[in-house]
Amino acid sequence: MTFDLLSRRSLLKGTAAGIGAASFGFPGMLRAATNVTIGIVYVGPKDDFGWNQAHAVSIGALKATPGVKIIEEENVPETAAVAKSMESMINLEGANLILATSFGYFNPFMVDVAKKYPKVTLRHAAPLWEKGKHPDNAGSYFGYLDQAHYVNGVAAGLSTKSNKIGFVAAKPISSVLRNINSVLWGARSVNPNATLQVIFTGDWALPVREAEAANALIGAGCDILTCHVDSPKVVIETAERRGIKSLGHNASQASLAPKGFITGAEYKWETIYKIFADAIAKGQPVPNVVFGGYDKDMVRNTAFGAGAEEPARKAAMAAMADLKANKPILKGPVKDNKGNVVLPNASYDNFDRVLDGMNFLAEGVVGSIT
Amino acid sequence: MEPGSAFFMVLMAMIGGAIRVSTPFLFVALGEMITERAGRINLGLEGTLVLGAMSGYATSYQTGSPWLGVLVAGLAGCCMGMLHATICRLPKVNDIAVGIALMLFGTGIAFFFGKPYIQPSAPRLPSIPLGGWSDNPQVVEALKINPLFIIGIALAFFLAWALKNTRAGLILRVTGDSEVAARALGHSVALVRLAATGFGGFLAGIGGAFLSLYYPGSWNEGLSSGQGLMAVALVIFARWHPIRCMLAALLFGAAGALGPALQSIGITQGYYFFNAAPYILTLFLMIGSAGSKKALRDAPGELSLTR
Repeated sequence: MTFDLLSRRSLLKGTAAGIGAASFGFPGMLRAATNVTIGIVYVGPKDDFGWNQAHAVSIGALKATPGVKIIEEENVPETAAVAKSMESMINLEGANLILATSFGYFNPFMVDVAKKYPKVTLRHAAPLWEKGKHPDNAGSYFGYLDQAHYVNGVAAGLSTKSNKIGFVAAKPISSVLRNINSVLWGARSVNPNATLQVIFTGDWALPVREAEAANALIGAGCDILTCHVDSPKVVIETAERRGIKSLGHNASQASLAPKGFITGAEYKWETIYKIFADAIAKGQPVPNVVFGGYDKDMVRNTAFGAGAEEPARKAAMAAMADLKANKPILKGPVKDNKGNVVLPNASYDNFDRVLDGMNFLAEGVVGSIT
Repeated sequence: MEPGSAFFMVLMAMIGGAIRVSTPFLFVALGEMITERAGRINLGLEGTLVLGAMSGYATSYQTGSPWLGVLVAGLAGCCMGMLHATICRLPKVNDIAVGIALMLFGTGIAFFFGKPYIQPSAPRLPSIPLGGWSDNPQVVEALKINPLFIIGIALAFFLAWALKNTRAGLILRVTGDSEVAARALGHSVALVRLAATGFGGFLAGIGGAFLSLYYPGSWNEGLSSGQGLMAVALVIFARWHPIRCMLAALLFGAAGALGPALQSIGITQGYYFFNAAPYILTLFLMIGSAGSKKALRDAPGELSLTR
């Protein structure tokens, strides 16, 4: 990470004015329509074919807003380093809105920075912020990617011949587990015999181990691969090389698998960033929590690739229409893969908060979270 | 042992893993072994590996020839190695500190120049299918072997022979064991070390090209998760012998495949532990082997670790 020394120096001069202007607002609010400096922290490179790229591309919506200055920092680990990055953005660059885009940034790092700088607005890209429990100047924004993964699963359920779908996952946290289960639920909604096998690699970006995991899943008989890691490039390319189909994650990977790509789950962060940009342009506070799925145009599926046959396309389109109409996709009661009933109700709203804290692998998933 | 059984699957995955994952370790370890036999430690090989991966991928993409990429990766690594040797030649310079600086330098310039190559797909190195005799898909897959792996194995045997039986091998060993003796024989210590560190960098660069051009086969900034550093540790555990370096690299590759393989057959509990297996294994082997008196006897006398 390099900063231009000259611009840093000239920024230092302007910083006092910037902070002064923001301090007239209430905590968690941005009153000044002009001179808004937004600091964005990424856990990996901005062009990783995945999570970080999805954010970086969508930041364009904010860059175009008059009076807004963007500072970006890549490759910031989920350690005390992120607190330092955020503090340097606040103190040296005068940032008054911080967007922390990786899951592990939130607690304790972002929460501590929010407490230390009550006049700075901080937003985190995962459903972790709770009113009352966390500082008011912090907040969350998140797209319900599980809905797009559900559509992936529907397409996969009609595309698999071995009835085995492989999933390379990074860490067993709630949003990952929910995507894993959603692929299975989508597949089972059209193919009751479908199963899903998951391999956890243990971290967000471990290319060699991701390739090993992909090969091991193919060895175990899976004929469709998908993943939830920061950069799905390795998994998608491995699937294509081994001649099986693949489902994308985070950003479009269609170009990596011209033969086997079915569809992919993608965020549409630009919808959320536009909401932020509009609020800033009007001088209004940035909302604490912005959530949505297909219903609010915050997620989407990649255009079908050569691996998607007609029945799979049709079923996937129907699932998308259901999600846009906010039709509940989850039919209860739901058992985990050890046989315990974990969700007893007959039906759950797609945005039920109970589902946010998902901590199990559903019946039909081969794998373990410990 | 019947094909399809769980044990067979794990075994095949580990053999396949040893072949796929071990090659970068093999090249970096052999290169570092030569460098250390000349009496110097180059910790910068992690940076060299990443730079090799980037330059190899970029060359393959620009020219369409992955083998040219391997060559360029080797040359880039060679430059890094010779830079290390040149700086360390200055009086009172610590080779370990220079190595750490060059590790950061190598990854830094690789990230800087590698930005435009993260997105495009470059032509990859071919593999030789040696599993044609079997109709078991796992055997076929495990025995898809990259020519670099074969070169690496052959190189290990060649280096073992050359160190013992050639004039160049003798000069290298003398320089590593006693500078005074090397000078008395009329050899330039600096020149020998320049060649040895350059050769070590060359091999590490090729190891990096294997990562980006064969397995996992694409360039990105998270490509090397410490392979270069682990390979340096492997050299010490292999007690500076090429054949033992090769065995250590194979063992490390196989252990790395254990975590995903066990999860794929349904042994899913404790995958964090199995994923850590290669490191735990190295730790125990280091304690077991490096602590012995024999290890001290095998260590080159001029190495800053032992001096």
